[in-house]
Parts: sequence; structure tokens; C-alpha cells
Amino acid sequence: MKMITIPKKEWPAGLAKAAGSFRLFGPVKEKEFHSFKRLDNGQLPDFSFLNTRLSPKHLVYPQSEVMLTYSLDESRADHHIMKETAADTTPRAVLGIRPCDAKAFVLVRMNFDTPDYQDPYWLRAYESTTFVGLGCESPCSSCFCTTAGCGPFHEEGLDVLLADAGDHFLANVLTEKGAAWVAAGGWTQTADAKAGERLAAMRKAAEAKITSEVQTKNLNAAETTGLYNASFWEEVSFACINCGTCTYSCPTCWCFDIQDETRGKSGVRMRHWDSCMYPLFTLHGTGHNPRGTKLHRVRQRFMHKLKYFVDKYDRGIQCVGCGRCVRLCPVNIDIRRVCGMMNSLAASGEACAID
Amino acid sequence: MQNPYLPYPVRIDKIAVETEDKNLKTFTFSFLNPEDETRFAYKAGQFAELSVTGQGEIPIGIASSPTEKGFVMFTVNKVGRVSSFLHAMKPGDIMGIRGPMGNWYPWEKMQGKNVVIIGGGFAFTTLRSSIVYMLQPENRKNFGEIHVIYGARSPGMLLYREELAAWERRDDIHMHITVDATSDPNWKYNVGFVPAITEKKAPPAGNDTYAIVCGPPIMIKFTQPVLDRLGYAHGQIIMSLENRMKCGIGMCGRCNIGKEFVCKDGPVFTLEQLNKTPREY
Repeated sequence: MKMITIPKKEWPAGLAKAAGSFRLFGPVKEKEFHSFKRLDNGQLPDFSFLNTRLSPKHLVYPQSEVMLTYSLDESRADHHIMKETAADTTPRAVLGIRPCDAKAFVLVRMNFDTPDYQDPYWLRAYESTTFVGLGCESPCSSCFCTTAGCGPFHEEGLDVLLADAGDHFLANVLTEKGAAWVAAGGWTQTADAKAGERLAAMRKAAEAKITSEVQTKNLNAAETTGLYNASFWEEVSFACINCGTCTYSCPTCWCFDIQDETRGKSGVRMRHWDSCMYPLFTLHGTGHNPRGTKLHRVRQRFMHKLKYFVDKYDRGIQCVGCGRCVRLCPVNIDIRRVCGMMNSLAASGEACAID
Repeated sequence: MQNPYLPYPVRIDKIAVETEDKNLKTFTFSFLNPEDETRFAYKAGQFAELSVTGQGEIPIGIASSPTEKGFVMFTVNKVGRVSSFLHAMKPGDIMGIRGPMGNWYPWEKMQGKNVVIIGGGFAFTTLRSSIVYMLQPENRKNFGEIHVIYGARSPGMLLYREELAAWERRDDIHMHITVDATSDPNWKYNVGFVPAITEKKAPPAGNDTYAIVCGPPIMIKFTQPVLDRLGYAHGQIIMSLENRMKCGIGMCGRCNIGKEFVCKDGPVFTLEQLNKTPREY
């Protein structure tokens, strides 16, 4: 849409103004790590981070949230009838989200916003949020966004992309929502004609710093059952302790559980993040478990991200290359390596259907 | 925006014990808001989430037929927390139903075809729905020969025994009821496992014949080779799967077999489709 300049000296006052019409969220340092939090009045987002340890997916999709409420009190006319809860859908802005994490919401939306069903909890939170991204100039050694359909200045899923240009931010305003946020901050200084070139140069320099990669080009054409029956899953899953850290830290993991929690005569139907790493995730009432071993579960995680998703949506892999699972896995299971093994097997032609 | 997680409130109208071990009960529900019955329009083969308030939800095949109006019916095996609680509930109690969910048996494709239904144990629920649907006078002419091969461990473990007897007396449906074993001297039907009875009684394979198979994994495992020997094409063997489910709408991530969700893309698949997908069910 348009590019504006936000002088850093006008940043705090502008944010204070924007806080009048937006609930502001941003990275805050707590102990040694940054995480996304609601900003207090006058609190500034702390942009001195590489990336937050956990992804900001909880802002749209809380780890636990109330879906419905009920009463078991039979003296009430509506006893045992589930009721919807009110949601706060006033505008929010997430400041300083990395492009990888913003793109992740675009992928997750494929799951929650379908032609047949729309998940109201995820969608109303997403739609009420304006994403103000921060271009990533110092990627981690484990970042591989540029080969995962994303990049350090990728704009998909963002409403505004900020680039740190020393004494000012270059703000590339990408959507109407982004324009509304910029207007709310009162920043009006149109960037000069060369700003586009400067942003492109920053993007190029940042992309060049990313040397880690995934190979994905053969995944789509591979036979599902061939990849599923590959011999390497035993070795890949050997060290896994099924801790679920990869799924909880992943910005594109969306699996959940639904549980009723009653206290006295009233209660709530809740949704909680769940993980394909856990045996209970798929355990049947009969005791049968279709993914009863950790090999099944590790394979499900990678097959889902790198094959099933690819085939189902034709939007690339269900990964944005943020590298969190690589950094946080306690036993060093590395999605880049597994993806490479799947891609090579697919290329070798051995991934053909075997019953 | 319609909230797909919000159940329709229902009342339990009737509870019937189905089997001699008392582990299967049939629950008949009516909708508290009559207009919800219209919204709950379903086809034979679909399922719904029974929502027991304060306990949770269970995905259960719809045992009533779309041709039966004024109620919906589910037969539930007592297994876990929700189903056990449900078994202890009484007529008049209020709970919820969310659905209908999933796809259905391919009624459009089976128009004018012969249908052989092969069922075992308590997986007969959506098969009952299907039989009632096909036998409805205005529907019966849309199908060729109808065969039903249905087995249980013992006579007392068969579901819907009165209806089975009534169908036995009809001339427009071929019933092949069987039990694994019985000491009842008056048992006048078959004795033997479902695969063996299928081998003897199933109609010949052909382009005009579809088999619908629904039962415990062990029955499916041994019935499939029989159908292969009889020459049934995998595209004409229809199966209904079960997996652990929560959302029922393809979002929560646990019931997938490959890229297909059993809850939304299934539960009904042809064997031809299943051959191309990891068999995680």
C-alpha cells in the first residue's frame, strides 16, 4: 500500500496514542527470555531479541481457553445446556512479531477456517488482531525460513512490516488493518522515494545470512505409503522421549483436546493444546492405540508437517523455518535432517507404495 | 458465525438395554428445540458427538434412520468415562448432541445396485440405520438385492433382535444372522464367524454389487480376504472406521489416517482409498 517512516523518537508517543484504540501486545523480557505479553500502559515492546523462545501462537490460540459454560443445577431452567461465552474482540495489535510467526498463522488458518466449518474462537481472535511485524536482521543459526516458504522480511500474514533503520523504522503498510494502526499512532511521514530500495537491500542482506535449509521439492510427488514405510523412522525416533516440546513451541502446531471441568454445580468446556507426541492423544476406549509406539508418533509429526499438509492444501510444508523445535529438542531431533531424508527417499523412487 | 462446538440440547426419552451383558444400551433422544431436528438432517452412515454435560463428548454412529422422524437413536457401548456416565442416566435427563458429522455410505453411487451389508458385534448401528433407510417403501425400489450378514458372539449379544426377526420374515431382504457359538437348541440361524458365513452366503461379486463392511478389526481383517476371493473390487468394498475423536470437524488433529480425517473425510472409505493411506486405525 504505502511506506512510511516512524522516527524512533516518535515511537513511544505514537504507541501511547495507538493504545487508545488497540490492545497492544509485544515482546517483553522476563528473566533470560523474551515472550509476547500484553503491554502495560506506557510499556514499550522490547525489540532487542532474536526471536521469542515460544512462538506467539497463544495470542490467537491460548494454551487453554473456555469454549462453553454450563450449569448442573436442576433448579435452573437451562441446566445441562451448553452456552456460548462472550469474547473480547476489540482490536489488538501484536508488535514486533517475526515474519515466520506471522506466516505460521496463515498456515494454521487453513485448519481452522474451512469451507465446511469455521472455528469461531480462533477466527475471531485472529481477525481482531493487527500484526505489526519486525524484519529479522540477525537470524539464528538454526533458522531456515528462506527454504520453508518464508523469509526474514516475508510479508505474508502481516499488516505492517517494520524494518529497523537506525534512528527510525521503515514501515511498509500492507493492509487496511495496518493503515488503521498507523493512523491510530498518528505517524504520517511518508517515506522518501528510495525507501523501497533500502528495504529491499535490508531484505537481501538478511536472507543472505540464512545458510541453513530444508529440501522439500520431491515431497509432493512421493507416495504417502512409501514415505510412511521408510526404514529411517526407527532411527529418527530412537532418541525421542515424547516430551512434546517440539509441538508446544511450534507456531504451526494446532492440535487440541476438549475437556469438561466442573466445580460444584457449574462448569466450563475447555480447549487445551494437545500433542501428537502423547499416547493418550489417539488411545481408543478399547485400549487399542493406532499410534501406540513413539515411532508412530514421531512419524506422525513429520509426515503431517512435510507430507499430509503438503498434499492436502498445496501450500508447501507446515513449517515456517523458525527453528524452535531444532533449538529446544532435548535429544537433538532435527526437522531439517528428517525433511532431507524424506525428500531424498522421494527422489530415489523408493518411496513407492508398499503394502 | 455458527459455532460448530455448540451441541443441540436434547432430552433422553427412552433407554433400552440391548444385550445380555447389559453393556449396550440404546438411547432415544428428542430435541428440546424442535427446529434443531431439521438442522440435524443426516444420512445413514453419519455419526454425532453425544455431549454429556460435565463429562465430555463421545463420537457415536447414528442408529436411527433419516426416514424415522421425531427422534434420534444411538446405541452406546459402556467403555470409558462418558459412556459409563451415560449408561447411568435416566429418561428425562438433559444433555447435548453435536452433528451430524462425517460422510455417509455412498447412497448416490449405490442407486440401482445390490448391497451386501456385513457387520459384526456392536458396529451394527449405522448398518441398522442403512437397512431401515433402504427398506422404506419409497427407497426400496432404488436398490437391487439386499443381503445382510450380521454376527455376534451369542444370540443375546445381537442388537435390535426384534427388528432382525421382522426382517427375517420379509422377502425383499436376505438375512444371514450368525453367532460365534450357542447352546440354545432352538437357535434356527447360522453358527460360525462372519468371514465364514460371508464366504458361503455373500452374493457373487460384480459391477452391480457393493459390500458395506463394519465391525471389529479382527472381523475386518478376516473378511477382506474372503471378499477378495469372491472377486469384490476394492472400490466396491465400503468400510466405516472409528478413531479417537474430539472435535468431529477435522480440526483437533488426532483421528487422521494420512491426510484424511476419519471424522470429516470419513468415517466411510472404500478399501481402494484405504489401500493408499497409512492404516492408523
